[in-house]
Amino acid sequence: MPPVVPPLPDVAGIRSRLRRDRRATFALGVLLTIATCALLAPILSPFDPNAQLDISRLQSQAPSWSHPLGTDPFSRDVLSRLLYGARISLLISFTAVALAMSFGTLIGAVAGYLGGAIDAVLMRLVDAAFSIPTLLLLIVVIALWGEVSTSALTLLIASVGWFTVSRLVRAETLAMRDADFVVAARALGVPAWRVLGQHVLPNVVGPAIIAAALAVGNVILLEAGLSYLGIGVRPPTASWGSIIQDGSERVSDLWWLTLFPGLAILVTVFACNALGDALRDALDPRQLQAAPDDDTPIKAT
Amino acid sequence: MRRYLARRLLQAAGVVLFVTTLSFALIHLAPGDPIAAALSGSRVSETVRNQWRAEFGLDRPIAEQYVKWVANAARGRLGYSFSRRQPVSDVLRDALPRTLVLALPALLLSFALGITVGVLQAERPRSARDRWLGRVLLALYSVPDFWLALVALLLFSYRVRLFPPGGLTDPVLYDYMSPREQLVDRLRHLVLPVITLTLLTAASVARYQRGALLSVLPSAWMRTALAKGVSWRSAVRRHALRNALLPVITLFGLSLPAFAAGTVFIEKVFSWPGMGLVTVNAIAARDYHLVTAGVLVMSVMVVIATVLTDLAVAAADPRVRLS
Repeated sequence: MPPVVPPLPDVAGIRSRLRRDRRATFALGVLLTIATCALLAPILSPFDPNAQLDISRLQSQAPSWSHPLGTDPFSRDVLSRLLYGARISLLISFTAVALAMSFGTLIGAVAGYLGGAIDAVLMRLVDAAFSIPTLLLLIVVIALWGEVSTSALTLLIASVGWFTVSRLVRAETLAMRDADFVVAARALGVPAWRVLGQHVLPNVVGPAIIAAALAVGNVILLEAGLSYLGIGVRPPTASWGSIIQDGSERVSDLWWLTLFPGLAILVTVFACNALGDALRDALDPRQLQAAPDDDTPIKAT
Repeated sequence: MRRYLARRLLQAAGVVLFVTTLSFALIHLAPGDPIAAALSGSRVSETVRNQWRAEFGLDRPIAEQYVKWVANAARGRLGYSFSRRQPVSDVLRDALPRTLVLALPALLLSFALGITVGVLQAERPRSARDRWLGRVLLALYSVPDFWLALVALLLFSYRVRLFPPGGLTDPVLYDYMSPREQLVDRLRHLVLPVITLTLLTAASVARYQRGALLSVLPSAWMRTALAKGVSWRSAVRRHALRNALLPVITLFGLSLPAFAAGTVFIEKVFSWPGMGLVTVNAIAARDYHLVTAGVLVMSVMVVIATVLTDLAVAAADPRVRLS
């Protein structure tokens, strides 16, 4: 039996559960701190992130008082690069996730609402996409195109990131499509796009937000991985992955180039995932953890 | 079952064709062509370049090239590797077994470890043990694959010289070793990459297994078992675990794409000359045939393994094949 009226989300309950969840507090605190650091990078950074300070004397210096996180083989200050790198890494992941979420929601809603051949074709496409390793696909595209700009990279990452959310939204839309309130709206002559926008989509926001929190973490990992392979963010622009790449030829001597950006990635992604877990528990308190048929607990890479 | 099998195989064939078409499309949409890429920088006249294009069939209509590409791919002819000066299929044939030697033990170990940890957590939900294991798993789940590998290398190979810093075998001494020493040497080179890959994958498995267990714990048959006097521990380990294993088989299929990506990074960091390293190194060499073919083969392997998993699920659970 489809629901007669849309189940109202228990906003107050969700909010109070989130407030009591220490994971959520911790995760939000961490993410806000990192976002603030990224925003204030020009003020906080002791040096210009791309300036080669003194190629003869300041090359690959271990951490010291003047360079708390050391310098890289081009004599650039790692702390400054880390702060500016946060901007690039966060900008790419938030933009890519926003794009992927919008597109995935659109596709999922259209497929679920219209059904029939369109639904079948779109979902077979999504099925196929699920079994292709995203990272490998991106490797081919970027390798064939040569270097890509940051905005192109963001678009590429977004273009392979919408599958999970589209499947999620489709399932919810399908469940809502024949609900009485939706049928009533249709009978009253409300156009399809308004039925979708006003009656169906508000009911799928919850799962989409959880998926988004997890996706931000995944995209940070994906960007870092691509930059580490040397096909992500173009030098000299700093991203967390590209700083590690700069030190990857001499990991044992230049450990600070691996350690600090890696910790930054780990902490940020950890916070995103913890937030996703907390949101999931808050939105659905009956479940203790992800349902076994949930798509989200697998890394998208 | 037979109808399900047929349908699933057809779908898989569709995905494989899709991947093949996609790689063909990507090669042809990319700026420049393979000849330009292979000859980049060298002073070869346009006439000679055109001769080469004709020789490789690059002057034929696109539809003809596509049919030929698919037919060749089906026969394992995946082009010529300009950077290694041998057919791509030969390069991949050497690399594939090395990847399997690394990937299969890691897959087995990660599922064994993941399921064990998931059980330990679900036995005492929200206990200190559950919470701490949960945090460790979330950290492993959030860590970049390549970074964990780099840290492992840094700690256990450079700081403490426990294991060799990568490669298949010792580059100098291997040829002078007795067969037994050679085996030990190979195993020593495997340890760090396998452990890293195992930990990374086990994190997903354990998180999933814990969720699967917790969702079956409130079942009526659990209450029955407990009422009959079965201890909580053995009710979880014997009754619940069996019922919660099915989603884990599904997870096996779902996690393969991420696992393939992880393998690429692990091979890169530990200089393990398998499919991943060959493909990644081909990027820098601008050897597009090799990159595309490497990714194609890895994707097809993932698809095939996914289908096999689906069939295993269908064999284990009649509900799947009847729906």
